[in-house]
This record gives sequence, structure tokens and C-alpha cells, in this order.
Amino acid sequence: MRRIVLSWILCIVLSIQVVNGWLTANNARSPLLSILVVSTCCVSRLHGYLTYLALRMPLKGTRPPPGSPWPMPKEWNPTSDLVTFDPDNFRFSSNLMNCDIVIQAIERYTPILFGYKGVKKAAGLSPLTELKMTISSNKCDQYPRMAMDESYELSVGDTAELTANQVWGMLRGLETFSQLIFYQDGQIFMNKTRIIDGPRFSYRGLHTDTARHYIPLPILKKNLDAMSYNKFNVFHWHIVDDQSFPFVSKTFPELSKKGAYTNKHVYKPEDVADIIEYARVRGIRVIPEFDTPGHTHSWGKAFPELLTPCYANGVPGTPIWGKYAAYENFDVTKEFVYEFLGKFFAEVKEVFHDEYIHMGMDEAYYRCWQSNPDITAFMQERRIEGNYSKLEQYYAERTLGIISDLGRKYVIWQDPVENGAKVRDDTVVMVWKGGNTAHEDHWNSYMEKIAPRGYNTILASCWYLNYIKYPPDWEALYTCDPQDFNGSQAEKDRVLGGETCMWSEYVDGTNILPRYWPRASSVAERLWSPKIVKNTTDAMYRIDQQRCRMVRRGIPAEPILDGYCGDYDWGFGDVDTPEVDKPPTCTGGFRLEGRITLLVLPLLIVFVL
Amino acid sequence: MSSFVGIILLLIAVEIPGSFQHDRGHSKFRGPQVSQTAGTPWPMPLSYHTQATFTYVDAGEFKFTDVDESSSCSILEEAYNRYFPLIFGRRPETLFFKSSFKAPTDAMTELMVKLEKPCKDTDYPMLESDESYTLDVNGNQAMLSASEIWGVLRGLETFSQIVYQSNDGGFVVNNTQIVDKPRFNHRGMLLDTSRHFISVPILMTNLDAMAQNKFNVFHWHIVDDPSFPYQSEKFPKITNMGAYDPETHVYTQTDIKNIIEYARMRGIRVVPEFDSPGHTSSWGYGQPDLLTKCYTGSQPNGQFGPVNPVPNSTYVFLKSFFTEIAQLFPDHYMHLGGDEVSFACWQSNPEITSFMKKMGYTSYSQIEEYYMQNLLNIVGGLGKGYQIWQEVIDNGAKVRADTVVEVWKAGWEAEMEKVTKLGYKTLLSTCWYLNYISYGSDWMAYYGCEPFNFNGTDAQKQLIQGGETCMWGEYVDGTNVISRLWPRASAVGERLWSAKEINSAFLAQSRLTEHRCRMVRRGFQAEPITGPGFCREEFGGV
Repeated sequence: MRRIVLSWILCIVLSIQVVNGWLTANNARSPLLSILVVSTCCVSRLHGYLTYLALRMPLKGTRPPPGSPWPMPKEWNPTSDLVTFDPDNFRFSSNLMNCDIVIQAIERYTPILFGYKGVKKAAGLSPLTELKMTISSNKCDQYPRMAMDESYELSVGDTAELTANQVWGMLRGLETFSQLIFYQDGQIFMNKTRIIDGPRFSYRGLHTDTARHYIPLPILKKNLDAMSYNKFNVFHWHIVDDQSFPFVSKTFPELSKKGAYTNKHVYKPEDVADIIEYARVRGIRVIPEFDTPGHTHSWGKAFPELLTPCYANGVPGTPIWGKYAAYENFDVTKEFVYEFLGKFFAEVKEVFHDEYIHMGMDEAYYRCWQSNPDITAFMQERRIEGNYSKLEQYYAERTLGIISDLGRKYVIWQDPVENGAKVRDDTVVMVWKGGNTAHEDHWNSYMEKIAPRGYNTILASCWYLNYIKYPPDWEALYTCDPQDFNGSQAEKDRVLGGETCMWSEYVDGTNILPRYWPRASSVAERLWSPKIVKNTTDAMYRIDQQRCRMVRRGIPAEPILDGYCGDYDWGFGDVDTPEVDKPPTCTGGFRLEGRITLLVLPLLIVFVL
Repeated sequence: MSSFVGIILLLIAVEIPGSFQHDRGHSKFRGPQVSQTAGTPWPMPLSYHTQATFTYVDAGEFKFTDVDESSSCSILEEAYNRYFPLIFGRRPETLFFKSSFKAPTDAMTELMVKLEKPCKDTDYPMLESDESYTLDVNGNQAMLSASEIWGVLRGLETFSQIVYQSNDGGFVVNNTQIVDKPRFNHRGMLLDTSRHFISVPILMTNLDAMAQNKFNVFHWHIVDDPSFPYQSEKFPKITNMGAYDPETHVYTQTDIKNIIEYARMRGIRVVPEFDSPGHTSSWGYGQPDLLTKCYTGSQPNGQFGPVNPVPNSTYVFLKSFFTEIAQLFPDHYMHLGGDEVSFACWQSNPEITSFMKKMGYTSYSQIEEYYMQNLLNIVGGLGKGYQIWQEVIDNGAKVRADTVVEVWKAGWEAEMEKVTKLGYKTLLSTCWYLNYISYGSDWMAYYGCEPFNFNGTDAQKQLIQGGETCMWGEYVDGTNVISRLWPRASAVGERLWSAKEINSAFLAQSRLTEHRCRMVRRGFQAEPITGPGFCREEFGGV
């Protein structure tokens, strides 16, 4: 008990000193040191960093003060001066108060800042009453884009000001502002701070595969929330694949009717629009991937004529197990395929608003094509000789042409380029190999092959979150740098960013969120923060703070260290009054959003009638 | 049995991959990788015969009927209340079927339940409890009989699993004859609530999941080095200074009683573990003289080691403390730990050195034995049996005849041989550490671990009481513990319940896939472990 009392006295004394300005930046030799002194004792009260075990066997690394942002801003100058807030007397103001993005951001961040039971302004400090948000473009942008400006400046002193060129920078700055806040004994604090920030990479993507397992909408939305807390700006929606076709197409409704797992495992047009809107107001782009010519088995359920019949003993549609199934890959020699894709992608263009569409093109293995005499004849006729990468090139050229004619740009996986196909110069190539399996080359060797050919690139290889091993594995994710390959400055400058991927062989709504978070947060800081921010011992505590922040905000982010988050660990709530016969509904999960119930109720009524 | 295998073989429609060159790790399986069975039980009963003939079950009219009401008790009544929604669904979606589907007039409307030995409201399960039951479904007649209440609970679970929803929305059950009993009496699950605190509602959710998988022991590794969430009545200082947060991250006496009651109602024993003399850092803050002071040279260096085995005060404390534990936890057994004692601190401490000289000890394992012997005597004196980790036996302590020894280290085959040769009841946990994770369908390894695979006589094998699957808490808390446990632990559940011959992961996978979806339907975050696929009802919607 004595230990606790002493630490409290120390904490209180130091806090008073800080409040009185005894240890302000002007007086103290090292303002950072004073912050650390105060924060270390306060941290031990607020968070689980300093477990008793840690006190006895201190872990290395610098513990961050509470209210440390993740990802680390470009410039962060905290002082030890504290301010507080009065939840009942605080407002956001902006020169764009009629902009939906600004209005909704204020609606979202108000409960994030003050929505926890019993938080109140700290005694003895005068509260900040306003965050003034200035968007200098004076423009309410509609959709986030590759070229958007996400930079911002934030100052918290006697007044608080956030300035950004565009609404997108305002969103990032607001997120940072919300992270600077911390609570101690229910009192709200923030250190006076000045931040100048902007992302290192313009493309910071997170990929979800909704074909191997269907991921319900509420989970996708939770994930978009978590993405915004980590400043990701692209949701790469790998929406269909061999296993299922959940995307409901108006032009070709048979695709999902026959290709989805069931008629409930689908994303209807209104669902897709809902996701895009949810992402948009958070400054997140939605890039859909319709992977072709491989990974298309589910398309063939409705349109078998799209697929190549594989041959065995001269019989079409015959599998040779271990080599190919009865049907594989689009039959790229058929005009029907291109007519079909023209209509299909015209719809995709209308549904999805991003300037980019991901065209897949990975793992189009040649063996089925090789077995098919019609394809051989086609190649002879067109003098596409010997090398099937030229057939792949033919397909890429025609398909990217379709997209280009629709006025859209394209991302593809590395495979065609690696195979030697020449694709259009403006193609963005996503490097995905060489991150995990031992028999491949390291990813940087692929980068070194592809970058000199002049393509813009995005790295995904080292961030495949579906692969798991005994933790902690976040450091390996954290230390992978997409520019760490041998290449010219120009080649490195053509790296647009990176992406973390979740292939869903073994994830669905039950486990995908804790599998993403906070591991994906590692990637987020690598892609946002300056290259020099890479000390894993320091990052360890900051990422732990970020994971607890996410837990507090309703994201089931899993632990990476021993310890606890505070009074808000996951699954708290009815600890005091457990109902013995309480049904086991989602107790370990998260609250389903009210709107789901609202959706279900009318349906229920319809059925009862 | 043969008819069952035939049906399973028919139901397995695994597509063969078209190509094995999936470098990305994407499988090239198309559609669900493993198909699902419909209405097959998990774990597999001892004898299971089922026919294609089925009967509708009228969800609107259905009730459980006691053959002899005088033999019933609150455990049974509450089980009926639980199982009704477990069979017919509690989620609004499943009610659609109820309203749109009209069961035919000859549908099944009741399950007759015959309990031979009347149960009492206060019954508590034991290692020796009889969990056997028979279940007979013939047309619209269904009868469940068991000798003890615990068998009825297992049989109700099985019944709830063989009723399934057909595509027309109606609930159906196939003609089925089941004679069932567990292969092992002790089918345990360890949760560590010290490295991360796990809230009471999540522990209860997990008990529900355990009941669904016929686990019958919750081994509660409640305290350890990092924190002491057990709220002691006699020694509140230990909790106040040893818990992560003495307000929020503690299990009060009431919480614990609720947990025990919740488990008891489901036929699950709660065996608490207060591990000592190692793994006790968190005890020391509120009980300053309990731990060994470590020395650098001739001076204490401020560090602490295991419990100090020398002073009498240690044993006075332990007696008082374990008396409290013995009163709170009704189970006959208490887990006393005894694992991973580090000798470095003892070696540095002059008090220990002189004590060893006095006792004529030449090795530190002797002093460990001295400590454990004293502790075992104390707990034995309280009338309790004890469960211990293997090190206690390895160090040669003399333990009571009814001691249950838990083997957890690598090389378990030799250890099992040794421990059973000494005549002790033995549990295996080595191969079921679920905190270790790897990519893919790792359940197959858990499924394939056979506790009898060691050199020993039949008499030695008779001593194997079962096993435990362990979830150490370094990297799990409320956010992920349920999805990390389930359905991987289900593989262990079947290994410990079903016959030794039920050991083909290939034959099991379709049944496990159905079982995991059944868990999801009941609200558990049971993760997918058999590759791409879907559940009719998904977690989070659909």
C-alpha cells in the first residue's frame, strides 16, 4: 500500500509543479525529461505499461507520456503544460461548417473525446473551449484521391487551432488531436503541443478479402473506424475470388446469384454504397479488386463460357488433379470475354468512385491454357509465340484498355510484369511476393526488377497479416521499409506506399478485427511517419497505448504486452452484475450497431405478417 | 458406426485443388474448402447410429418432459431453459423460419428425459461423476436417459446438436440411437487470468462454449507473477497491491461464487490454481516477508525470488490462505502449481544456504521438495485433494495417493510412463497449448495427439484421467481469447471425450466445420479453421 501512496504523492506533487509552471519548457533544462518524469508516474496509474513485474525487471525503451499520437507525426513538440476540457462547454468551429465531411467528423469525434463515463474537466486548470479548424482551400472536397493533401498543423496552447490545406488534412489532424487527450481519475488532460504533420507516402492501404470468407458489413465498418484511427487512407476491397462472388452486379445479377455462398452472403448495391460513404467521410478511398484472368472460378458458375476448358486426353473440361481443374482462368482468346468485361467494368465504374480499379492479374497459371488446342491455334494465328506471358500481355493490354477508355486508372499485382509482359506505362504495380515463404526471393529483389521498368509501385509483401506465428510479430511488420531496396532515387520516389493484406482463408467476422489490430498499426506508422521513426523499443509502448486507445473506442485490438488498459479493458461493463442465465451473445465481441437491429426489425415484421 | 462413416464419406465433398502453385498462400480450392455435415454431434459419441429417415421438430410446441418429476432438480430445470433457445435459436433471424414454416402434425413435440438417480439442487460434479447417457430418437419419439444429472446435461447437449434446420426452414432430427460416455473423466481447460485479466462475462461465455464441447473442468490459473486478481478476504493487501487495478481488475468473492455456480449448472468443475513457490511475484507486494530476498554479494539487491521456504511464518500464512481457498472453492481438487522454480535467487540467499546445511540438503530441488511437502500436507490437512505440475513429482516429493499429476513439458511420453509407473493419476497438457499459434489448420495436430501413446501397461494407462488444453495469457485478453480458443479447443474436446479410434482429422473436418458454425450461431466468436467457407449465420451479421 505504501508503494501506491508514495507513487501517488509523487505523481500529485509533480503534477502540481507542472501546473505551476515549475517545470515548464522555459525553466527546465530538458522539457522532454520533465514530461517523462511526470508521465512515467502518471502512466503507471493510467495504463498497464508498468506492471509490477516491469517495475522489478524493467523493460528497455522509453515509455511515452499519455496522449502520445500514433502514427508519430512528422514534428511533435509537446510541452509539459497541461490544459483541460469541459465536455459541456467545448465546440469545434470551422470555416467549412456546412461541409458534410466536417460536420460528420465533429459528430464522430465529440464522443471519442468526451464520451466516457464520468470524465470531467480537471480541477485547477482553465479549460480550452474551442478547436478552431481552418481549411485553407475553403473547399468541401467530395472524394479522397491519390493526390489529396493530408498535411496539417495543430497547435494546442491557450487556444487550439488546426489548419489544413484540404478537408483530408483536417481529418488527420482531428484524429491526432483526439489522441493527445488523456484521462486521469476521470479528469481530462492534454499537453500543450505543436504539431506539423503530413504523410510520408500517399498510398497507405489495407486489404480485405471478402471472398474466401464473407465479412459482414458492421465488421467492415468497424475496420474502417480502426483504419481512420491509424491514418490509413485506402481500403483495397478484394471483393470476389475463386471461392465466392458476393458482389451483386445489376448488369449481371447471375454472378452473385450463382457465385455467392448464399443469397445472404452478398454485398448489394446499397451495401457497397454504404461502405463507400462510410469510408469517404473518414478520408478513406475504396479501391475494388476484380481479379482476373485467374482467381475467377466463381464467375464461371454463372458464365462458364468465360473460363478456359482445360484438356486431358483430348477431352475439354477435364481436370488433371495437381495441375489444373476442369476450368481455369478466363479464356482470353474469346471476344465474348472482352465484351463482358466492358459491360461489367462500366458498372463497376458507376458503383465505385475512386479513380483507380484494382485489376488483379495474379497467379494466372499457364498450364490449363497450354492444354487447350484452341488457345494454341489462336496464338499461332496471332503469332503470339511460345511464351504464354505474351498471351497474358495480350489480355492485360486489352483489359487495361477497357479501363482506360472508361477514364479510370489501374493497379495490378506484380505477376504479369514479373513474367515479362509489358503492361501500360501508367500501371501501378503492387509487389506482393517475397515476404513470407522461404522458397521465394526476398521482396526487394522483385522491387529491384520491377522499379527500373518505370512503373509506380506499392509494396505489400512484408505485411500479410493472415500469416500468424507466436507473438510478438509486430516488430517485423514495423521495420519493413518499402524504400529499402537497391535502386535510384527516382525508383524509390515511384514507391507510392504500401498495403497490408488479410487473405481470409482463416478469418471472418469472429476474428478478423483482433487479427488486424494492432498489428496493422505497425504498418500504419511505417507508411505515415518519417523513415527515421523506427526504434522498436520506443514504439512498443506507444503502440500498446494505441491498442488501448482502440479498445477504448470499441475495436477489439489484441494485446502485445502483458498488462492491462485501465478501467476499460475488453469485456467490461456488466462485471458487477453478471446475469447467471445471460445468453452468450457476443459477450466477447463488440456491440452490433443499432442500425442492424433497425434493419432486422422491419424484416421480422414482414415475415410475421 | 458403419452407417455413420458412410454418411460422413458421402457428405465430404472436398474439391481437389486445381493447382498447387499458390505462392501467395491462397488456396485454389473453389467454394468452401470443406463441406459441412448437418446435425452431427461433436464430440462424437461412443456409439452413434443414425438413419436418413427424419422427423420434424415443432419448435412452437416443443418441451422437455421428465419421466419422473420427483427426480428433477434446479440443475435440470435450468438446463431445459438453456437448451430450448440453443436448439431453436435465439437470434431474430432464426425466428423467421418459425413463423414461415409450419411443422406437420406428426412432428416431434417433446424429449422425454429419464434420470435414474434423483438430483439435488446442490449437486456438484466430481472427477468420478458418471456422465454417460443414452439418446434414442425414433420417429417423433425421443428419449434421453442417464444415471446421473451430469449425464443428462451431456445428453441434452448432444440432442441440441442433432436437431438441425433443413433447407425448408423446419427443424428436423434424424432417427438416431446414441449410447455415450466419455473416454476420460477429466477434460479440462486452463485459462490464465494473471497475465491479462479476463472479465467475468467472458469467462462465463467460455464456460458455455466448454459445455457445448463437453469439457468438464475449468482449471483457473487465477494468479501468477504479473498480477493477483483474486480478491482475498483474509489478505486484502495482497490483492490491493498485486492486482493490476484493485478496483476493476479483480475477481471478488461474489464473482468467483457466480463463476462456480455458472460452471456447476453446466456440469463443469472449477479447479483453482494458486501456483507456488515460483510464479508468485504478485503475492509479495502485500505480503512482504513471503518471498525470498535475492542477494548480490552479502547485500539484498531489492529483487525477490520464489516463496521463502525457510521461516515458519511462510507456512502459517499458507495454511491461513489455503483455508480460505478451500472454503470458497467446493471442488475436491485444488491445483497447487509447483512449476518452473528458479533456483538462482535461493542460491544467492545466505538464510537458504544455512538452512540447507542444517537440513543436510545438497541440491536446491530438495528444498523445493521440502516446501512442496509442507504445502501438500497443509492442503491435505484441509481435506482437499490436489493437482500439481509434473516438476513436483520429478523432484521426488511424496504426495497423497489421490494426487493428479499434470504433464506439460516436451517429452511427455517418457514422463507419462514415469508418473504412471509411480501410480499417480495423470493428465496430459503438453500438446494442447493453444496460446501457441501458427498459420492454417493447426487443429489437426491437437486432434492427433493421443494420450495413450507412451510405453506402459494397461494398468498404467488406466491412470490417465484425461488432459487439459491451456491458454496462457501473454497475448490474449477479452479481445481475442474466445476466437483463439474456439474451435481449436474443440479438437481437444473430441480427443478427450470420444473413442480412441475416432482419430481421423480428414473424417472429422466436415463435422468440425458444422460444429464451428453451430458455435457461431449460438453467439460465440468461433473462428474458421478449415479454410474458405461460410456459416449460414455469420458472426457480426447475415
